[in-house]
Amino acid sequence: MKEFVEGSHAIAEIIRLCRPGVVSAYPITPQTHIVEDLAQMVSDGSLSSQFVNVESEHSAASVVLGASATGVRAYTATSSQGLFYMAEVVFNIAGMRLPVVMTCANRAISAPINIWNDQQDSISLRDAGWIQIYAEDNQEAVDFHLIAYRLAEDKRVMLPVMVCMDGFILTHGMETLDMPEQEKIDKFLPAYKPLYKLDTAHPITMGILADPDYYMEARYAIQATMKESVEYLSQISKEFNSVFGRDYKDLLVEEYKIEGADKVIVAMGSVCGTIKEEVDAQRAKGKKVGLLRIISFRPFPYARVYEALKDVAKVAVLDKSVSLGAYAPIAVEVKSAFCGKKKAPQVISSFVAGLGGRDITLESVQEVFRRLGAKEVNADFIDLKPELLKEEYGE
Amino acid sequence: MFGPLIVDPLKSKGDKTGSWRVQSRPHYLHKNCIACRMCLLACPEGCVHGKEKNTFWVDFNFCKGCGVCADICPKKDIEMVPEESIQEDK
Amino acid sequence: MENNILFKPGHTACAGCGQAIAARLVIEASGANTIVVNNTGCLEVFSTKYPETAWGVPWIHSLFENSAAVASGVEAALKYLGTKDLTNVIAQGGDGSTADIGLQALSGMFERGHDILYVCYDNEAYMNTGVQRSGLTPFDTNTTTSPSGKQSSGNLRPKKPMPEIAVAHGIPYVATASAGFPQDLQRKVKKAISIKGPKYIQVHVPCPLGWRHETNQTTPIAKLAVDCGLYPLIEYESGVLINRKQITPKPVEEYLKSQGRFKHLLNNPEEIKKIQDIADNNIKKYNLKAEA
Repeated sequence: MKEFVEGSHAIAEIIRLCRPGVVSAYPITPQTHIVEDLAQMVSDGSLSSQFVNVESEHSAASVVLGASATGVRAYTATSSQGLFYMAEVVFNIAGMRLPVVMTCANRAISAPINIWNDQQDSISLRDAGWIQIYAEDNQEAVDFHLIAYRLAEDKRVMLPVMVCMDGFILTHGMETLDMPEQEKIDKFLPAYKPLYKLDTAHPITMGILADPDYYMEARYAIQATMKESVEYLSQISKEFNSVFGRDYKDLLVEEYKIEGADKVIVAMGSVCGTIKEEVDAQRAKGKKVGLLRIISFRPFPYARVYEALKDVAKVAVLDKSVSLGAYAPIAVEVKSAFCGKKKAPQVISSFVAGLGGRDITLESVQEVFRRLGAKEVNADFIDLKPELLKEEYGE
Repeated sequence: MFGPLIVDPLKSKGDKTGSWRVQSRPHYLHKNCIACRMCLLACPEGCVHGKEKNTFWVDFNFCKGCGVCADICPKKDIEMVPEESIQEDK
Repeated sequence: MENNILFKPGHTACAGCGQAIAARLVIEASGANTIVVNNTGCLEVFSTKYPETAWGVPWIHSLFENSAAVASGVEAALKYLGTKDLTNVIAQGGDGSTADIGLQALSGMFERGHDILYVCYDNEAYMNTGVQRSGLTPFDTNTTTSPSGKQSSGNLRPKKPMPEIAVAHGIPYVATASAGFPQDLQRKVKKAISIKGPKYIQVHVPCPLGWRHETNQTTPIAKLAVDCGLYPLIEYESGVLINRKQITPKPVEEYLKSQGRFKHLLNNPEEIKKIQDIADNNIKKYNLKAEA
């Protein structure tokens, strides 16, 4: 059914339809509207979950960990500092192979404190063992949550999934979207049947201590599952399409007008909408440009990126995050997709834009294309204000 | 693929911590026992067994020889004896 | 191995470990219909080293400080499944993970009213990492991070009043117990699980390694702490002190003499007096003195 709704409301609605047993969250902008709506649904009786109002994100993540370990579908949402505060638990959930689903309403991180959008928060937790998928618009954000539960609870996977959606831009943006129907959801996402759980009828010990004789295998297993999940994402996407009629292809990347392109931007999340508009405009003028949108950041689809870009002359990777003291995060992955390979773009340049909610406009995208020349640049900042860099302190 | 993740208690045999005993082990005299169960309750290993008077015994596969049972026995019916001085008693 | 043993031998606690005594007494009192959530610490390490486990009940460990929050999630899930009334949930940890790093999660669990028994095994320092001072380390204790020296007689501050902090949350049951009094501990656990809502029991558990005493002295030292007034055994129901173990007070010096962690005080009557004052205050505050 088509609805014109705010992103957060749509997320709350799809979570309700996924029938979680336990929802727990701690308020942080811009995640708040999602959990407020869920709380209202519980209060109204339209959602039968236990809603646990915790005293911190650390406990929010711990509550969903405990609930998931007890064999119940669990949900939480957070952002920025909240994600960092729960980071310890985030790693733990993955290590314990618990299929929690979390929304990350992507937001900048302190200091300076800033509530607006970029992707430094979830990107910083890329090594946590969570599958990370990034939505471009709210239809995707809705559908990805459904896919996230299905993927997380797949017996071959049993890993948590983080659905990342740009704070404010998506969470507070109004869009017309098609909300999946309960009947179809129940078909696509049956009730959660855990492989292992805390149950007095069959006691098990979870969260064991693994010494050097055992630890490596536990970590290797996650790595191996991540690698396999590239395939599972594609399979589940196909099934999703057959039930709901929306085709996300392999759910790893989206190729947008890449065929015959000599300049391609690689990006992730809502900024891709803007980039597509610019690509369309330039294509109309006969320029051979395109976009490769990363959907799954973990597992990272190296093979797909290679295939998509191997014949492209110049590639610009646009990151909405930085790895201070190193190349930008998505750029690192894209570059490494070509290491030791026969074919590669002549240039893979890396740009950083939109930190702390600075708008990435059509002009910004044009600037990226302009700077994408013969000389490779790395972590080149777009839309910097040089006059603000003059402040000096000390002797 | 999962690797080391959970343990089924039915499959866990525990470590044979009896090998930790170096100096002494408890010797249950079975003379004045009143079956107060203090030895059983206070054993850090949970390796003391028995119900009736003068039937309490220690599983030396696990006993670390701490001496808590001997100390807590109100009837002084448990003695700590040098580890070498006694044959394996049940 | 029989499957009705809730805490099996073969774990790797030190000989004479007070926490091992108390942990077994607690789970045996609570019974097989219990799910245990454990903080990181000695108990977790010595009882669940893969591929072994001492626990015959469903048991989970997540992190150092979040057992109260994980248990909240377990309890919420059981409520959702409709099986909470058939299942006891116990969250537990040492004094550091309870009173220091885990205090926020514990406070949240109390305030939200979860039906969980929280058990703090108080051995009065961070033993698992090598006897560092915690918020429940007693005044003047020599630990590796509160060493006595020319400028210091050990830990600078008295114990954080955790039982009172628990009581201040308005929870229905709070008690202290001791590894030296096994039946009393088990009675309190049974009582606690019979009450709905958040419950807190703090058990004094000597640590032969950290307190520096002989392994067979675990229970006598635990008893001495109670008998001198330094570890009052008290019981609160809905904020009201309903019970305390009466004593014929022994001088604190007898308790201090029994352990290496207080050795530096033995020729220091001034410091001993300060500790005697702490005991005397407890005796007065809780009316511990047995009538003649």
